Amino acid sequence: MNDKILQYTIRLGDDSIILGQRLSEWCSNAPFLEEDLALMNVALDYVGRARMYYGYAAELAADGRSEDDFAYMRDQREFSNLLINELPKGDFAYSMLRQLFVDVFNILFLPRLAESSDDRLAAIAAKAIKETRYHLRRSHEWTLRLGRGTDESRQRAQHAIDDLWGYTHEMFDLDALESELAASGIGVDNASLRAEWENQVGAILDEAELKIPEQQWAVKGGREGYHTESLGHLLNEMQSVHRACPGLEW
Amino acid sequence: MSKSDTLELYEVFLRSRRGLDHKHVGSLHAEDPEQALEYARDVYTRRGEGVSIWVVRSNDICASQEDDAESFFDPSNDKPYRLATYYELPDEVNNM
Repeated sequence: MNDKILQYTIRLGDDSIILGQRLSEWCSNAPFLEEDLALMNVALDYVGRARMYYGYAAELAADGRSEDDFAYMRDQREFSNLLINELPKGDFAYSMLRQLFVDVFNILFLPRLAESSDDRLAAIAAKAIKETRYHLRRSHEWTLRLGRGTDESRQRAQHAIDDLWGYTHEMFDLDALESELAASGIGVDNASLRAEWENQVGAILDEAELKIPEQQWAVKGGREGYHTESLGHLLNEMQSVHRACPGLEW
Repeated sequence: MSKSDTLELYEVFLRSRRGLDHKHVGSLHAEDPEQALEYARDVYTRRGEGVSIWVVRSNDICASQEDDAESFFDPSNDKPYRLATYYELPDEVNNM
């Protein structure tokens, strides 16, 4: 069971660090200074979350690996993040709509994880909930601004939704490991969050005068280590310093 | 689109602890008051600086001008009797 909790914890850490890294690409590139700082706050929240998960994973593994080993010494096939987190940053609307989808997911997921029978996972989730409420407040408002803004902002927001939608299904997919952990009260039954997620996202998109696409395609594979071509590039950059100077401290 | 087309300037006031006054800490650009409040949180309270934030549209502040200085502030310079230190107190009055 310990090994399963370890894997589950690594998955959650992977989701956090990959999205945090992706968001940090906006650093100095956001539309204006205030938004730059705000986005980096969110990015750092995710990196901080990854540290908590990886730190716990290191304790569970008890084989000498540290949080850094999980972040910097694994290859893309070993990363088990959901694909939606690794997709390129795209334009601002794309990044914001991705945040909306992930934030609404987290607003439902984290309170459930906070009830986990694993105290450590529960504690990490409890801390992350507060951050996520703020993240959602931001992504919600930006979705409204973009959807009801100019023709161009509405178009870009709608394109983002159309491009991202097929990657949202993976969030509610459970494999054997996750089903077992959910059944034993340690993990969350993500599938049970789906209806409420669709409700909340639907309501926000409605409010923003944007549409849920009718397409049926869905991509998955992240949990098994099958990734899009984007992840390798992201890891290349994220891990370059550590790979050039292993164990370097400052 | 340039920043000035869509964004307005807001002044940010922070109360650092309960019981203290809000103090002006700086300004920022935002589209509306709600967004200004969020940016104020992100820009000025990253290290636990505040328990309450006010934002005010800079345009809504009526401020004294440099040109006003003569009429506003100079007249008080020659009215020392407005200061407590102007008065000599009799010895009988202690602890003033």
